[in-house]
Amino acid sequence: MITIIDYKAGNLTSVKLAFESIGQKVKITDRPADILQAEKIVFPGVGAACSAMDNLKSLNILDAIKKVIADGVPFFGICIGMQLLFESSQEDGGTACTGILPGSVKKFKTADQFCKIPQMGWNTVKIAKQHPIFAGIDDNSEFYFVHSYYPDCSNKNYIIGQTEYADAVFSSAVAKENIVAVQFHPERSGRIGLKMLENFSNWNGK
Amino acid sequence: MLTKRIIPCLDVRNRKVTKGVKFQNNIDLGDPIEMAVAYSDGGCDELVFYDITASAQGRGIDIDMVRDVAKAVHIPFAVGGGIKTIEDIRQVLLAGAEKVSVNSLAVRNPDIIAQGAKLFGSQCIVLGMDPVKVENKEKFPSGYEITTQGFRTRTGMDALEWAKRAEGLGAGEIVVNSVDADGTQQGFEITLTRMIAENVGIPVVASGGGGTCKHLIDVFNDAKADAAIIASMIHTGRFTIRQIKDELIAAGIPIRKKW
Repeated sequence: MITIIDYKAGNLTSVKLAFESIGQKVKITDRPADILQAEKIVFPGVGAACSAMDNLKSLNILDAIKKVIADGVPFFGICIGMQLLFESSQEDGGTACTGILPGSVKKFKTADQFCKIPQMGWNTVKIAKQHPIFAGIDDNSEFYFVHSYYPDCSNKNYIIGQTEYADAVFSSAVAKENIVAVQFHPERSGRIGLKMLENFSNWNGK
Repeated sequence: MLTKRIIPCLDVRNRKVTKGVKFQNNIDLGDPIEMAVAYSDGGCDELVFYDITASAQGRGIDIDMVRDVAKAVHIPFAVGGGIKTIEDIRQVLLAGAEKVSVNSLAVRNPDIIAQGAKLFGSQCIVLGMDPVKVENKEKFPSGYEITTQGFRTRTGMDALEWAKRAEGLGAGEIVVNSVDADGTQQGFEITLTRMIAENVGIPVVASGGGGTCKHLIDVFNDAKADAAIIASMIHTGRFTIRQIKDELIAAGIPIRKKW
């Protein structure tokens, strides 16, 4: 059973359908009690960091998230769900995030008029360090990205995948113990993305 | 490197994919779900469905079909045509579409772009436009006027001005669907597509006129489009997506290689 945290940060339909298509049972919840009992957690999200953080607080689920992470439950952050794991984001004039991972989230910059922000489309992920989530996935495979801000993980040991866009080479996939998090959308990344979701479903967090 | 997207367009009426020339003489091409799966497995980067109406008389969007597409393919897809209200946008996104494309509706009510962007995020609000080339440069500085209803209604709006305004309102992407080029397979509209790409900070998608791989190479190299919508060249079976992508890769265009 995959537990998807619904903290009113975007549409969860595609994440749910993608896990179901690989035969996983899915529960969508905003209740701390459900999160504390979860076997595997997906923390998705699109939208703005500030309102997403506000929602986490008003739903009282941040403590539950910290608890399950400390307990070793496999935890998968996607897009805004990844960004919120860092210490802060430049979005909305500066937003304090959860600080579960070291580093911050920065806005893309470029002088190239044809380099559009948000980055929208398929970009390559260079595997920096092997991880169970990349099982059966080639180095430099392409995944679907939609974002204007990028995570900059300050501990290199946690960076497992990197991507280049605008003036940045950023941490597009990170892992620390039972946490794995990606900036791209595996649920929208075709067969290779589904393979990653399957890898997460089979991962014990170690 | 971010790759250029190849997006098959499926015009759907009564759950059948159709294709016409200059929005007329439509013929049935097949089942939308089967075609979506075939193109997704074949390596397309995204899909767009236009006019998913439950009937030709426009009784509303076929949400069941959107749901079936979302279950069948796991790449981004957009739905356009037939969107009338903010509630339609919500329904389409909740059914599993990544984006909604507004066209005539946005011309009638530009605020729908702002409302949609605020409620659901800019990334899922696409402005579709059907510009036609005009002579009157005084009234239309870009040289292109926005039409709606597939060329039938002139709006008096300048295409470039409209693109900039839509970006300001919160659109996340702009599809430039040339009325002159649509269905002709004589090449994309390069001039206007580039003009818009140079003047907005959001991705620009070229649509209408793609018939050969050279047309796609030109629209990426010369018009600086971020993505291109194709229809006839693949619906007729003249090309597979693999063949198109191999040619674009050989020409040095950044393209998604593995799927």
